[in-house]
Amino acid sequence: MAREDYEMIIGLEVHCELSTKTKIFCSCPTEFGGEPNTHCCPICMALPGTLPVLNEKVVEYAVKAGLATNCSIAKNSKNDRKNYFYPDLPKAYQISQYDLPLCYDGYVTIDTPKGEKKIRLERIHIEEDAGKLNHDEYGRGSFVDLNRAGVPLIEVVSRPDLRSAEEVESYMRKLKSIFEYIEVSDCKMQEGSLRADVNVSVRKKGTEKLGTRTEMKNMNSFRSIVRAVEYEANRQIDLIEEGGTVTQETLRWDDVSGKTFPMRDKEDAQDYRYFPDPDLAPIRLSDEYIENLRNNLPELPESRRKRYLEDYKLSEKAANFTVQSKYYSNLFEDAIKVCDNPKSVSNMIMSDIARILNEKEEEPDEIPFTGEDLGELVKLIDDGKISSAIAKKVLEEMFENPKKPSKIVEEKGWIQISDEGEIKKIVLEILENNPQSIADYKAGKDRALGYLVGQAMKATKGKANPQLLNKLFLEELNK
Amino acid sequence: MKLYEYTAHELAEMLDKKEISSEELTKAYYDRIREKDGEVKAYVSLMEDKALKRAKQVDEKRSKGETVGKYAGIPVGIKDNMCITNTKTTCSSKMLENFVSPYNATVIEKLNDEDLVFLGKLNMDEFAMGSSTETSAFFKTHNPWDLDRVPGGSSGGSAAAVAADLAPWTLGSDTGGSIRQPSSLCGVVGLKPTYGLVSRYGLVAFASSLDQIGPITKDVTDSAILLNLISGHDEKDSTSLKLEKKDYTKSLVNDVKGMRIGLPKEYIGEGINEEVKEAILEVAKKYEEMGAIVEECSLDVGKYATAVYYIIACAEASSNLGRFDGIRYGYRTEKFENLKDIYKNSRSEGFGPEVKRRIILGTYVLSSGYYDAYYKKAQKVRTVIKDAYNDLFKKYDLLLTPTSPTTAFKMGEKSSNPLEMYLADICTVPVNIGGLPGMNIPCKLDSKGLPIGFQLISNSFEEEKIFRAAYTYEQNTNFRANKPEFKGGDK
Repeated sequence: MAREDYEMIIGLEVHCELSTKTKIFCSCPTEFGGEPNTHCCPICMALPGTLPVLNEKVVEYAVKAGLATNCSIAKNSKNDRKNYFYPDLPKAYQISQYDLPLCYDGYVTIDTPKGEKKIRLERIHIEEDAGKLNHDEYGRGSFVDLNRAGVPLIEVVSRPDLRSAEEVESYMRKLKSIFEYIEVSDCKMQEGSLRADVNVSVRKKGTEKLGTRTEMKNMNSFRSIVRAVEYEANRQIDLIEEGGTVTQETLRWDDVSGKTFPMRDKEDAQDYRYFPDPDLAPIRLSDEYIENLRNNLPELPESRRKRYLEDYKLSEKAANFTVQSKYYSNLFEDAIKVCDNPKSVSNMIMSDIARILNEKEEEPDEIPFTGEDLGELVKLIDDGKISSAIAKKVLEEMFENPKKPSKIVEEKGWIQISDEGEIKKIVLEILENNPQSIADYKAGKDRALGYLVGQAMKATKGKANPQLLNKLFLEELNK
Repeated sequence: MKLYEYTAHELAEMLDKKEISSEELTKAYYDRIREKDGEVKAYVSLMEDKALKRAKQVDEKRSKGETVGKYAGIPVGIKDNMCITNTKTTCSSKMLENFVSPYNATVIEKLNDEDLVFLGKLNMDEFAMGSSTETSAFFKTHNPWDLDRVPGGSSGGSAAAVAADLAPWTLGSDTGGSIRQPSSLCGVVGLKPTYGLVSRYGLVAFASSLDQIGPITKDVTDSAILLNLISGHDEKDSTSLKLEKKDYTKSLVNDVKGMRIGLPKEYIGEGINEEVKEAILEVAKKYEEMGAIVEECSLDVGKYATAVYYIIACAEASSNLGRFDGIRYGYRTEKFENLKDIYKNSRSEGFGPEVKRRIILGTYVLSSGYYDAYYKKAQKVRTVIKDAYNDLFKKYDLLLTPTSPTTAFKMGEKSSNPLEMYLADICTVPVNIGGLPGMNIPCKLDSKGLPIGFQLISNSFEEEKIFRAAYTYEQNTNFRANKPEFKGGDK
């Protein structure tokens, strides 16, 4: 059988750092970075005698995440201890949630080539992050940094509803976008605040029984996730085709070789000995509490999309693209406060801004200018001050050196030439130097006009008003 | 009378009237410690310099007429599982032999605010696991009534220190009887408050759902005073309850007329020493004479308490003690090639046999496949026991039982048989399972001249009833006329 005869079954456990100001069980800052072991206290260092106190904001953020992903919210929940030894885990247990997660039975929808698809969520629970081990490059040992220990996380567990690497990517992008919209996480993958454990298995199409799955831990870029899923699924298919069997194990994805490897330390299956944490009271939420959060949830992408279609008459494609990221969407909304051309703004986001980010391998949250700046840029085009060709150059410049577009245009001398007399002079000069084109045009070759306009643009470094150029060339040629 | 023989409330009065100074008092205690602690071995470490400095400061404040706490300048001893800033907190374990805490436990903060003087840290069973203070990794503490006998445990140092006048009062902690049982064996007053009344922040955890800090004192009045000083809600401990602050000294009323006292028959039956049993019946009679209504009752499910206790306490301990891994602080083995060696050897070398036994037991009962049969079942039985207590407290204000089934036993007598040692707590463990308060009050000496104590138990947050009944008993009897003789030993 061929690879095409198999389908992949993928489920994700997405870990997402919540953007609360303080840690989940103490009042240390959650801020990323800092000298090692400077954002910690006796509690998150697990000194003898210390006790955790649950940060209520963490519950609030997790409930918001649950509400925004159509989950049911548990009115009775609790914290459990997950016991294991590791140097980055100072208490030798992680406070997590075992059998009573805060949120359960939700879903998100993703776009696939076959249309919209629902991905079911089994649960969302709260837990604390572990610290970090820094391995000395000279082999002098490993150093524990507890700055991250106790940073709040939610773990979002999906059902095994994903069927391709592309679906995995859109699912993760969707979660990222939702959590950004409701402002519970900044989802910065490069800082590790959004990472996923990916469970992959394969089965022959048309069969029901799930195959044996493998798990790849701590994946933190879309690109590696896509590559890893494809590699791992193919590895499993090839293995089965060769008559082998897949073993259930935890794998490590190596980005450099593009392969998965079994994790070293798996000699015995971990028994986490979960039990309710006796230091923490059960979490009880009232209906009012939950409803209050539901009613005050920020506007979600779905609702913005509808508005963009109805109020701004954006195309389906443009609306979908703009709402995929809170940063795009906010950029759009801020821009149209300044200019009155939603379509141009969304076009510029979808084509130019997305292209530049892609080239720079950056994410929308890294856009260095404001929506007002973008609006001003579109307005410059609409007012005839610059051409759209110049606008692209201004945009590039805005990424490199964030300044007001008008300022860039002025400094670079990119103001569009719209003076009819001046343009006429250029037109006449180009015509004089290109008699062949005139002859071609008169012989019915319309392409000649394009060539002439191009020459004029070249001569003016793109600054000539293209409408005017067209008009004046035609006037002269048709004399 | 010597200064160290007075109760804390008597000393407070003397300080207030400026009949004595705190410095003088503190010095008297250190002299006494130098004289007697060689025999008793109650203290693991002393804080003499700091203590004398604090005492002088308090004296200065007093002489300048500045406001000071009512008990300012009175010394206090602390069990070595409560953290004091820049001071060793060892839990009498090799594991924490050199651990210096950078922070104060909440109870320490509270006593600091009142300007009490910390004399030093007191010996205990390693990580509070034991009933004789023999599992201390450093040395054994001796019972001042008979130096060849144990002081009980785990707060053996705290109880022996009060009995031997090495501190006017001390703090202990009680998970299954660790305040009350040694208080009984040493003839002092020991109270385990309701779970949630005193903050556990800064108390090195043994079993989080059972641990409580409480006072060990010479009399009931001091017990009420010290509880006043340490109780109250603490934002740093989610299990401490938000309740209005009470003044327990208001319950020191010499009157038990009409109080209903239940005498559970299971605790004056099999497994209880005859002399102890007799003493308890005498106490019951005394209460009747004083006007209380005493009635036999039954706490049948109490027999499951010890089993439930060893499952729950060990389960929690196995998790709580995971942090002692040789990575960040505490003992680290010198023999290691890799990470696993560090864990294995540090813990094998750093913990004593009783601690290891309980970690192994606790790990077992939480393991997959055994969780339901042990841990989950134990939690269910815990609820049954709580319900049984609730039913009893619908009828009775207080329950009366022995505190310990026997008086002080010989050193080494039970240390080779853990099960027998575990039975030393049969009268106290059910109270922790119920989360209830319980107090040991000494009542008489047995034929060997060893103290016998009785236990009063009330419903949760009804310590007032205990104080009232205990105070009344104390006012109408005179146990304190007996003094420990420091007999036996190597002399």
